[in-house]
Amino acid sequence: MLLIRHFEETLIGLHDQGHFEGHFHVYIGQEATGVPALSCLAPDDHIFTTHRNHGHLLARGADPARMYAEILGRRDGYNKGKGGTFHIAASHLGFHHTSGVVAGIIPLAVGAAYAAKARKTGQLAACLFGDGALEEGAAPESLNIASLWNLPVLFLCENNGKYGAGRAIGAVQSFSMAVYPLIDLPKVYKINARQVDGTDADAVHQAISEAVERIRRGEGPQFIETQTVRWPGSESNWPIVPVPTKIDLAWDVSSVPQKFRDWYASSDPVLAFVRKTVECGAATRDELAEIDRNAVERIDKAAKFALASPYPDPQEAVTEVFA
Amino acid sequence: MRELAYYEAKLEALREILAADERVHFITEIATGFLGLSARRFQFNEIAKSFPDRVISPPISELAVCGLATGAAMAGLRPIVDLITASFAFEAWPQIVNEAANAFYMSGGQTRAPVVFHLLHGLRGAGAAQHSHSPQAMLWNCPGLKIVLPSSPRDVKGLLKAAAASDSPTVFIDHVLLFEYKGLVPDASEVIPFGQAEIKRAGADVTVVATSLMVQRSLSVAERLAKDGIDAEVVDPRTIVPLDLETIMASVEKTGRVVLVDECHQSCGVAAELAARIAEVGFDRLKAPVRRVATLDVPVPFSPPLEEFVSPSETRIAAAIRAAAR
Repeated sequence: MLLIRHFEETLIGLHDQGHFEGHFHVYIGQEATGVPALSCLAPDDHIFTTHRNHGHLLARGADPARMYAEILGRRDGYNKGKGGTFHIAASHLGFHHTSGVVAGIIPLAVGAAYAAKARKTGQLAACLFGDGALEEGAAPESLNIASLWNLPVLFLCENNGKYGAGRAIGAVQSFSMAVYPLIDLPKVYKINARQVDGTDADAVHQAISEAVERIRRGEGPQFIETQTVRWPGSESNWPIVPVPTKIDLAWDVSSVPQKFRDWYASSDPVLAFVRKTVECGAATRDELAEIDRNAVERIDKAAKFALASPYPDPQEAVTEVFA
Repeated sequence: MRELAYYEAKLEALREILAADERVHFITEIATGFLGLSARRFQFNEIAKSFPDRVISPPISELAVCGLATGAAMAGLRPIVDLITASFAFEAWPQIVNEAANAFYMSGGQTRAPVVFHLLHGLRGAGAAQHSHSPQAMLWNCPGLKIVLPSSPRDVKGLLKAAAASDSPTVFIDHVLLFEYKGLVPDASEVIPFGQAEIKRAGADVTVVATSLMVQRSLSVAERLAKDGIDAEVVDPRTIVPLDLETIMASVEKTGRVVLVDECHQSCGVAAELAARIAEVGFDRLKAPVRRVATLDVPVPFSPPLEEFVSPSETRIAAAIRAAAR
């Protein structure tokens, strides 16, 4: 979780310094969803994710250096610079195809689940998407098929809409979705669905591991909606880092600018997990500070690697159109 | 060699493909799929019964079904999706052109999506505006898709086999009015490689480049015009992605006169792109303006005389060849 947090904070800096162009989406505030969720999957499961993929890839063990290189459009990127932030793929980790269209991957994941079932491989397909994806037609069409054909697919809907822009204040309900709560939608299609607090890593781990067990037992698709409070750093068009995350913030947020302080005090899943870890005696503050230093160091090295990686030869643009 | 009807060769290809490779799943509306609403459609039932686990009827959800097939292809299957009427591809457009077509390139060559999308295109009689599209030119504008347009019994069999073996997303665009044409098909299994045009009729005066049903229509016109002393050569690209421009240009070198026959709407259609390519590399060989015969740029009307009027009919093809030959 700390690695993801530092990856994204450093990435915002790289963007501010003009090292890459274009829009991008960070995973800050959702770390306690992706990390435990992906830890429940088997090494050969299929994973499909979206524009907000950085946390998912890192949670699965992707190399932050090659991810940065991809986001910066460099030759050493996972996709050789042809994908960018929206499309990071790492097929050796199960990330075959990462789509920048919010519901684009939902049918693809259902298809991978269909293949796994047909080939009797025991694999499942995990489909990680945001709440907005349910507003596109591909979502209900896919839920219907997944349910009808009892396919081994995990739908993980990361609802980061709590108090977020364009959302009803104080609720997770979107202004743009008539279905509330969102899990009513999969339930209509007879898909087992539940909500869980996406800032509580233990709760997410329990919910996802139960869902995965059900899928492996052949009980068909499972739908989990995780709810997180939107990180206020992403409220403007381009994300800003109000304060670099440090372990000490878990107990003292006075260094955080007033406007952002509440989120770090009560909604930050990383700091909450840090507090919990110390309180239950699983690790000391010093031990966590050491882990944090290592994460910062790794991210610094990764960023340096990416900045040193050359741009691809322009001629590469016309290669690998066809397999 | 045996003489087979087009639809028989097509069914034979599918049966052989399904029998040869367990990774092939055929997703179709079993009642009307593959052979469309043609009188021959019931002959598909035998295949459906032979492969009950791999011939699947999905809900009417073209978007999710094309995505499902693409995702299944990424995960080790080789699905063939039957969208039946080509106009229905529009329901699935995001998955075909924005997910499947981009997958290999966007992933930096990591992810293969060996999926086939089967469509029945064109003016079939009474299809009206919403069931008569020829989306091949629109699809040609989406890099990453191979595009196949068979026109004879031998080609439909050999090209369907090549499509099933293709590692890239492939759009197989067929025409229901071809089904009753007869022709010789080799006894042994044959795979016709993509990117090899065929001279369907040799001639000295005018090069006619046509695809799909327009090949048969152009051949019929060419026979009639031969009696009037106009010797047309009919070239069938068979696949437009990849395109065998070399064979087309060899014919243009010989005749210096070109007519392009294509069932897309005329603007930005297949004929338009072929005209541009021929002019780019062979302008100095041309003795007459390049002429296009395509569906008029209006929605396709229902009433038979109206439909005939907008279609690339034999009358219009003949007029274009005569004009080019002058």
